Amino acid sequence: MRNHLPKIITLIVACGVSGWLFAGDHGEQDEGREGGGLPAVDHKAWRAECGACHTAFHPGLLPERSWRKLMDGLDHHFGENAGLDAATRKSITDFLAANAADRLDARRARKVAASIPSGETPLRITATAWFERKHDELSPGVWKKPSIGSRANCGACHPGADKGSFDEHAVRIPR
Amino acid sequence: MHKTLTLLLLALAAGGAAAAPADPLQAYVAQARQADPGFAPAASRGEAFFRLQRAAASGRIACTDCHTDDPRQPGRTRARKPIAPLAPVANAERLADAAKTEKWLGRNCLDVVGRACTAAEKADIVAWLISIR
Repeated sequence: MRNHLPKIITLIVACGVSGWLFAGDHGEQDEGREGGGLPAVDHKAWRAECGACHTAFHPGLLPERSWRKLMDGLDHHFGENAGLDAATRKSITDFLAANAADRLDARRARKVAASIPSGETPLRITATAWFERKHDELSPGVWKKPSIGSRANCGACHPGADKGSFDEHAVRIPR
Repeated sequence: MHKTLTLLLLALAAGGAAAAPADPLQAYVAQARQADPGFAPAASRGEAFFRLQRAAASGRIACTDCHTDDPRQPGRTRARKPIAPLAPVANAERLADAAKTEKWLGRNCLDVVGRACTAAEKADIVAWLISIR
């Protein structure tokens, strides 16, 4: 019996800690639902075309001017040709513009937009001060893991990335 | 009157078929034969074209960089998104839509080959992918 005492104490402490952690998690998730995140959006061509090569990045992660500039340069899209026919390009551009960081009424969108100086038109979400601030605790080596491989691979750590959900408590950094 | 209608329907059917054949191989072969009436697609040429390592600003580049050496296997984009297998034997949707095939060959030839591929080259690649079992 004496031999089991440390194990029992560990078990009791572990239960207490996990209960506390669970309670904390629950609270944060509720907060997220109340407007911390980005609203769920969908557009067939956006999901099919943008999502063919990378996470279908939520429009609320860049301002309208960035999306317009990006969609004007698809023939040279970060070193790759991502050209679209005119009708598809316009349809996706309209969707991105209508739900852009500076157009959406959501707290996260406002924070993204506010982190970008008005004279700048970043083409990469990872170039915004908001993104940098949110990821500043990660060591540079994390991005080089084969299971992650690219800063564009949001879904590697954020299971809800394709739905625009980046809840901090759902983050799981793969080994 | 009846004859005219039949002719009209035939013309429409032919016109439609010429504009967008469902089978990309047929489409590329027809296109290649406009320049070379004796053209016949060759799976071996398509495979060699697919595997060729080409000089690029960033070193060497090949179709296999993203699609892997085996078209029956899924590949990965630079942004780490999975790419469904290229061989129809492993992916029934592949090559089923001529417009989609043309969109991707159009983009990827510019990136990997550094120019648009000819219809003959596209016919060879498609012939090879179809031949894979």
